[in-house]
Amino acid sequence: MAAVTTTSTPPASTPTPTPAVRPVRRGFSVGRAAAWTVMGLIVLITLLPFYWILRTALSSNAGLNADPANPLPVDLTGSGFERALGLQSAEEAIAQGGAGGGLDFWRYLLNSVIVSTLITGCQIFFSAMAAYAFARLRWRGRDQVFGLFLAGLMVPTIFTLLPNFVLIKQLHLVDSLLGIALPSLFMTPFAVFFLRQFFMNIPHEVEEAALLDGAGKVRIFFRVILPMASTPILTLSVLTYITSWNDYFWPLMVSYSDGSRVLTVALAIFRAQTPATGVDWSGLTAATLIAALPMLVLFAASARRIVSSIGFTGIK
Amino acid sequence: MTIASSSPPFRRRGDGVLAAVFIAPAMLGFLVFLLWPTLRGIYLSFTRFNLLTPAEWVGLDNYVRMVNDPIFWDSLTVTVEYVVLNIAVQTVAALAIAVLLQRLTQSALLRGIVLTPYLMSNVVAGLVWLWILDTQLGIGNEIIGALGVDRVPFLADETWAIPTIALINVWRHVGYTALLLFAGLQAIPNDVYEAARVDGASEWRMFWRVTMPLLRPVLAVVLIMTVIGSFQVFDTVAVTTAGGPANATNVLQFYIYGSAFGRFQFGYASAMSVALLVVLSAITVLQYRLTRAGQSDLG
Repeated sequence: MAAVTTTSTPPASTPTPTPAVRPVRRGFSVGRAAAWTVMGLIVLITLLPFYWILRTALSSNAGLNADPANPLPVDLTGSGFERALGLQSAEEAIAQGGAGGGLDFWRYLLNSVIVSTLITGCQIFFSAMAAYAFARLRWRGRDQVFGLFLAGLMVPTIFTLLPNFVLIKQLHLVDSLLGIALPSLFMTPFAVFFLRQFFMNIPHEVEEAALLDGAGKVRIFFRVILPMASTPILTLSVLTYITSWNDYFWPLMVSYSDGSRVLTVALAIFRAQTPATGVDWSGLTAATLIAALPMLVLFAASARRIVSSIGFTGIK
Repeated sequence: MTIASSSPPFRRRGDGVLAAVFIAPAMLGFLVFLLWPTLRGIYLSFTRFNLLTPAEWVGLDNYVRMVNDPIFWDSLTVTVEYVVLNIAVQTVAALAIAVLLQRLTQSALLRGIVLTPYLMSNVVAGLVWLWILDTQLGIGNEIIGALGVDRVPFLADETWAIPTIALINVWRHVGYTALLLFAGLQAIPNDVYEAARVDGASEWRMFWRVTMPLLRPVLAVVLIMTVIGSFQVFDTVAVTTAGGPANATNVLQFYIYGSAFGRFQFGYASAMSVALLVVLSAITVLQYRLTRAGQSDLG
């Protein structure tokens, strides 16, 4: 069994610096110029769609129809955003090429925040506890139980979705935020595996010293292990947050009404509502942008530490 | 499967009670939402079940039906077609990006930029490209038009729909894959490159003689992950083509979803999930063997 995880270099309480700079040839060569051109092209393909949705969101639908190739917003307006945020009346929205129904944006945003925060907080904490037990505590059957958890990595999500839906339905949690969060609330094999890798690398001397000072194992977990693993925990948290924020399939199954609708599902519904003839592109791209914005902000705030700490570990 | 245990021998008594407490929540989640549903899914695949009445045991009926269902085979074919395209393009592109990031610059900013599409949900990525590739108004088609080529109805055409969806998902995932490979590349000691350069090797030669052989085990594991991930395509299809045109993008997940929630055939949907699980397990085992082969090669 092999598995992959994202790891940083040895756990450190300070942000992991970029690995030692390799001596890179500075001289000009045709090969390097070509390589930089390719890199530039990659960056362009990566980022251009973001500009294009911004440009479209700031255009009016009439303008888009008249001048589709204009690199700047056509007929600069914020009406797409107003529609996406549900600030326009139905008549107004229809007049500007939208569907009558808007997004109850703030509600879906709140739902997404609640679900993602709940999942990330609980999942990381419980997974860290389990990872600590697997990495630093001694008990019978430890490696067998861990092997069982690892095997769970192989079960594809789709496989558990239908039975989990049946279970959530039996628990009468369909159409509730808890129902959306519950299946990933306690653990994922990936999170346990990921954190265990780190905890195992923390030198035993650190723990020994704390034990000599009279600290118990619980105290060591909270005061020594968790702080020392703060960078990987941050990385894992951001990745988990992004994953649960972006999840669509499971929330789509479980949620039926506004009360439990998260942004991804709302967005897909907004898309389905727009008139088949003449889609409300301005409103749709505005909604898309608003839905994506929180993750962009989260990433921008944490990118420096995360990007350097996504790493690779294989186990045999 | 052996798990390396790096802990030194313990002198104190075991931590059984404490371990039980620490592991309890994760164990609860594992048993209730992973192990139990897996077993239950297998059980349900042998039943007729519509959620409203209790499941009724029907033996192999669902499997017989599956084997004789042309739509099932079509959707399996479409899924495989998607996976092959997606993985081929994504792996090559991710490798190229990772090597460029390693050999050209160590810029964390570039690594961050490359990762940005990964922050988007599949739903957002699907919608963005749906707009860019729109037949009438999309900038993609405007550019193609400017080059003198006829407009392509990327997502509305039976031939183009699957390649288009495959490429949309490459756009979203390639950065993350590249970053994993990049991390693998970081583990290759720089001395090896230095030595190769002293011997007069070109970058191209170093890629094939140094980078590729040393990266192979990492590449293999990343491949297993991405193949399993891409077999689970659903979101992009759901927001762009909804299985159409004419079932051309009716990937297995979408068909399973439709059978369960469109037609309430949970038993049949479960049977197809079991089939998917079997396919994925087979691929994992196969790839794992290849990985091992790669590792023993290196010695």
